[in-house]
Amino acid sequence: MTAVTSTPVTASPPSRLRRWRKADPVLILSVLWCALAILVAVAAPLLAPYDPSQTDILAAAQGLSAQHWFGTDEVGRDIFTRVLYGARLSLLGPVLVVVIATAAGTALAIAAVWFGGWFDRLLTRVLDIAFAFPPLLLAVLSVVLFGPGLTAPVVALAVAYTPYIARVVRSAALRERHLPYIESCTLAGLSGPRICVRHILPNVLPLVRAQAVTSLGSSLLDLGAISFVGLGIQPPSAEWGLMVADGRTALLNGSPQESLAAGFMIIITVVAFNMLGERLAERAEVRA
Amino acid sequence: MSELLGVENLRKVFPVRASAGEPAGDLVAVDDVSFTLPPGGSLAVVGESGSGKTTVARMVVGLETPTAGRITLDGESREAARAGRGARKARARQIQMVFQDPYTSLDSRQTIEGAIEELLRAHFDWDAARRRERVAELLDQVGLDKRQGGARPRALSGGQRQRAAIARALALEPRLLILDEAVAALDVSVQAQIINLLTDLRAETGVAYLFISHDLGVVRQISDDCVVMHRGRVVEAGRTTAVLDDPQDAYTRRLLSAVPRPGWVPRRRATSGASV
Repeated sequence: MTAVTSTPVTASPPSRLRRWRKADPVLILSVLWCALAILVAVAAPLLAPYDPSQTDILAAAQGLSAQHWFGTDEVGRDIFTRVLYGARLSLLGPVLVVVIATAAGTALAIAAVWFGGWFDRLLTRVLDIAFAFPPLLLAVLSVVLFGPGLTAPVVALAVAYTPYIARVVRSAALRERHLPYIESCTLAGLSGPRICVRHILPNVLPLVRAQAVTSLGSSLLDLGAISFVGLGIQPPSAEWGLMVADGRTALLNGSPQESLAAGFMIIITVVAFNMLGERLAERAEVRA
Repeated sequence: MSELLGVENLRKVFPVRASAGEPAGDLVAVDDVSFTLPPGGSLAVVGESGSGKTTVARMVVGLETPTAGRITLDGESREAARAGRGARKARARQIQMVFQDPYTSLDSRQTIEGAIEELLRAHFDWDAARRRERVAELLDQVGLDKRQGGARPRALSGGQRQRAAIARALALEPRLLILDEAVAALDVSVQAQIINLLTDLRAETGVAYLFISHDLGVVRQISDDCVVMHRGRVVEAGRTTAVLDDPQDAYTRRLLSAVPRPGWVPRRRATSGASV
């Protein structure tokens, strides 16, 4: 066979670049926003103009100004600073939830598909039941067990999100399981765990990734709600859901900037994660 | 004559669940099938879709459990040792299989070299250099070059993928290679290349073939012996040339008359033409 140089053998860097350039502006904005949020969370102490917990009773409840971009809250803390610091806990929670739920959901789904039979049927039933529990109810139960703080809502949401991940991964893994390449791995004497980890998992990974990113968005929203009702992060920590709640009195007094700033951050970040997740899911579909 | 593979009174029954108007019952896919295959031989199992030929192949390789009957390799029962890592690997080194669809029988995320190397690593205690050498040797044997070896299946044509699947199956040096409609999905010209490759490989390595096919033209080229199956039963068996040139069974004759050839008129067209 003569060498034909024009046919690319694997996806080379230029083609990937071209794909990105073709990507729509919404996707690019989403990626930029997510990156920015993560950067802010990591570098909050470097970026923030004030100490997030420093009160200044003389400068309390101020409007927007050059010194305080988003104004100050009722005890005179700089809202802009607290929004930046708030990114830390507000993003850490969803990341923990998604890491735990994705790992557990994916492992359960692939195991169910691999073993099949009663194990698969049992898991499917258990997942059906788990779907019936609203995340917020689980969070309430979890607070009883763990007390207020980050742990309780993270555990509750990780449990609540596992079925969603598991259901999506199970259907994809089931499709892979019955393709001849898995049979040929079995015939080649490869072990079950190896086939699951080295063959089934990589082939469902694009979908797992998409589902994980989408879950980041919804868990950010759920964690914000849990903090808002006072079952999660406690004051005086800076967290967006908590800040929305903290700003309520000021809101009624005609200065809505704290609730609005935190609420805005939650909404935009959730939308960005959702858009990103949706695009990743589309791409995963194209592959499959 | 010595015997590599022995199949005795093989039977497979699939339970069928009740569905719209059809009562539940049993589907007898394979009924009392027996044949033998000598070391380095080539046996074709021929029949139309649903004749049970693929089920026979899947039972021989161990993907399905027979309802009744015995499968022996070198006189030892295949079902005897199932559990355990050693047994699993030993079974893998006895029989390998090449599937019909080269688009789904390779992991799309693995390069061809990667797929072969994975098997070598699992089965042999070799260092990296030795494995690389063996991968190169296998690729060369099936006529794939270095660049194709480093490619993922997506970048290869159907014929190239089937070559890759054959290389992977031969990596474990099996005594028996099962080819389940292995050329059916390929273009005729590519089919011819793969058949030539298979003929050469058998001469080189001494591997035996169990060739599952509905294509009598292909069967004639590749097999020494053949078994004709119809509705799960063997209707005729013997030397391939004898069976195809002088068929004794009515079903075999029907199969043969359905093979396109110069001057051939499909039967239905011929009768309808006559009635006008």
